[in-house]
Amino acid sequence: MIKRTAKIAVKRAKKKKNPFKLKLGSSKKKQVHLAKRHARERRFRVFGFSAIAASMIFLLVFFASIIADGYTAFSQAQLRIVVTFEQSLVETGNYRKILQNSLKQQFPEAEGRKQRFMLYKLVSKGGTNNLRDMVSKNPQIIGTTDQVWLPASSLIDMYIKGKTSNEVDESKRKIKNLQIKWLEELQADNSVRSVFNTSFFTNGDSRAPEQAGILGSIMGSIFSIVVCMLISMSIGIGAAVYLEEFAPKNKLTDLIEVNINNLAAVPSIIFGLLALAIYLNFFGMPRSSSLVGGFALSMLVLPTIVIASRNALAAVPPSIRFAATALGATKVQVTLHHTIPYALPGILTGTILGIARALGETAPLLMIGMVAFVADVPTGILDPATSLPTQIYLWADSPELGFVEKTSACIIILLLILGVVNGTAAYIRKKFQYDW
Amino acid sequence: MKDKNIRMQTKGLNVSYGDKQALFDVDLEIRKNKVTALIGPSGCGKSTFLRCLNRMNDVVDSCKIDGDVLLDGFNIYKKKVDVVLLRQKIGMVFQKPNPFPKSIFENVAYGPKIHGLTSNKEQLDELVEKSLNRAGLWGEVKDRLEDPGTSLSGGQQQRLCIARAIAVTPEVILMDEPCSALDPIATKIIEDLINDLKKKFTIVIITHSMQQAARVSDYTAFFHLGKIIESGTTKQMFSEPKLKRTQDYIAGKFG
Repeated sequence: MIKRTAKIAVKRAKKKKNPFKLKLGSSKKKQVHLAKRHARERRFRVFGFSAIAASMIFLLVFFASIIADGYTAFSQAQLRIVVTFEQSLVETGNYRKILQNSLKQQFPEAEGRKQRFMLYKLVSKGGTNNLRDMVSKNPQIIGTTDQVWLPASSLIDMYIKGKTSNEVDESKRKIKNLQIKWLEELQADNSVRSVFNTSFFTNGDSRAPEQAGILGSIMGSIFSIVVCMLISMSIGIGAAVYLEEFAPKNKLTDLIEVNINNLAAVPSIIFGLLALAIYLNFFGMPRSSSLVGGFALSMLVLPTIVIASRNALAAVPPSIRFAATALGATKVQVTLHHTIPYALPGILTGTILGIARALGETAPLLMIGMVAFVADVPTGILDPATSLPTQIYLWADSPELGFVEKTSACIIILLLILGVVNGTAAYIRKKFQYDW
Repeated sequence: MKDKNIRMQTKGLNVSYGDKQALFDVDLEIRKNKVTALIGPSGCGKSTFLRCLNRMNDVVDSCKIDGDVLLDGFNIYKKKVDVVLLRQKIGMVFQKPNPFPKSIFENVAYGPKIHGLTSNKEQLDELVEKSLNRAGLWGEVKDRLEDPGTSLSGGQQQRLCIARAIAVTPEVILMDEPCSALDPIATKIIEDLINDLKKKFTIVIITHSMQQAARVSDYTAFFHLGKIIESGTTKQMFSEPKLKRTQDYIAGKFG
């Protein structure tokens, strides 16, 4: 043991002296100074690292809480009910009655109006649509009896997902003991299952949480973003090209430049008020429509696109312009054949980031009424519509428990879309950007 | 009586940028199928002079030009002159190789395309091959014409720029320190190329290397503070300059 330590000591002694190590004999002042410099560097690193760590933790908590709240919205409880398609009721279109009669038959113990009312609340009102679809697809089932999986009501859905507990006093909760008993009977019969919630992606908004979907708001978002892109890209890129390539440099263009930069900092609600005053009140365009939404959003992203495009154009080195000019290209040819194509990756990246901002923007849309209850999925830019962020706003405002998970699920979808959009921008920048 | 051997000529050329005058009464003759070298310390007006010869100074707003620049006896600053045609006749190669970030083929084909020099693909292919050949680059790039021009080495890029300039069949080629960003071997190749090109073109070259001026040029003009101090054949300028200042500059005593 001693031998070994001695060996190491000899080895150390033989090692070349480190010329970058402060000599022992150097002055105290120098040593202190050096130590201070190193300490400062360490402190700086720690600050930077802790800033990153803190933001990562916030982000993680944010995502975790949203996903924890929202993932249940992607599944939906279904109940197996024995349904009798009575001919007379089918002919009058009274599917509600068919459903109610079937439930009554399955649970004959429900007596009196109050209990029957509780019974009907097991199945979603949207279940009648399922029955109607079945009949129109296969008219032969009229007059027969069949087992049908129907979506459970939000009340039951929430209970199954464990969002409500039966430990509190019955008078203080919405789901009653009788309903729990019926549900347990169904469960014992293997008549309860959980399936992927397709209606969340195929339905428009609804007052009933289990029937509410995001298709309407997605279509509204798509329509308004398309309108926004058409306007802001053509005007924004055109303005940027003119300002950067053709406009004379004088006081007027300086003023325009300063104002564009200022516009980018204007709060979005101001643009909403402007859109309300101009498009709705002055021009009388349809309220709540994606068209006006697109107009409002394009005002919002125009400055962003102009600034990003100008930066991309300015990044094309003058030597390329000289080369084309010296070959005899006209100013327009230089711009169209060279400057714009080489700046295009940057322009597109800026535009996509602007679009991503427009996708998540809520305030201007509140002003022009894209926050109304719209049950129908919009089919054109003139139809009343909501957008994803305003849908979140609407649902977050709803008192029903079922909308809590819908809100979080909608946020997840919006974040996913934004992630894809921003990822596309990053990809374009990485893949196509020229390194000068 | 017009001298047939003179391709370009400046008479009393004064150029100023805003308040700052860059050239004072410059008179110079540029002879046909010869290489004229412009030498002088930085900021003496060589580049300004060169850029006046194909009106590249037009793009600078503050630039004011006074005097005559004649191409084959015709003043190129007359109002009726179309700069697009002028620049087709007078090509330019820049200090730093500046190929377009397009394919090698597209780099050379761009000029002929915008001027409509060829009417079909075969002619264009032929012209591109001829230009690359004349720039001594064909052998190196013939199998990779679709690669981006920026993927070539610095010397190759500069030869690509020369091929691009000669593809539009100019009469005069202006070169602004074409070798300053290149290593000695690439420089040698370009110098050989210049010697070869002068059979067909008239060349004006700016250089900071006295040796290069001596090697490649037939005529030399020495600029200082915006004036031509001395000009003449390179042989005479380098062996027995008339003025002490020229001798000092060439010998490296100032500048």
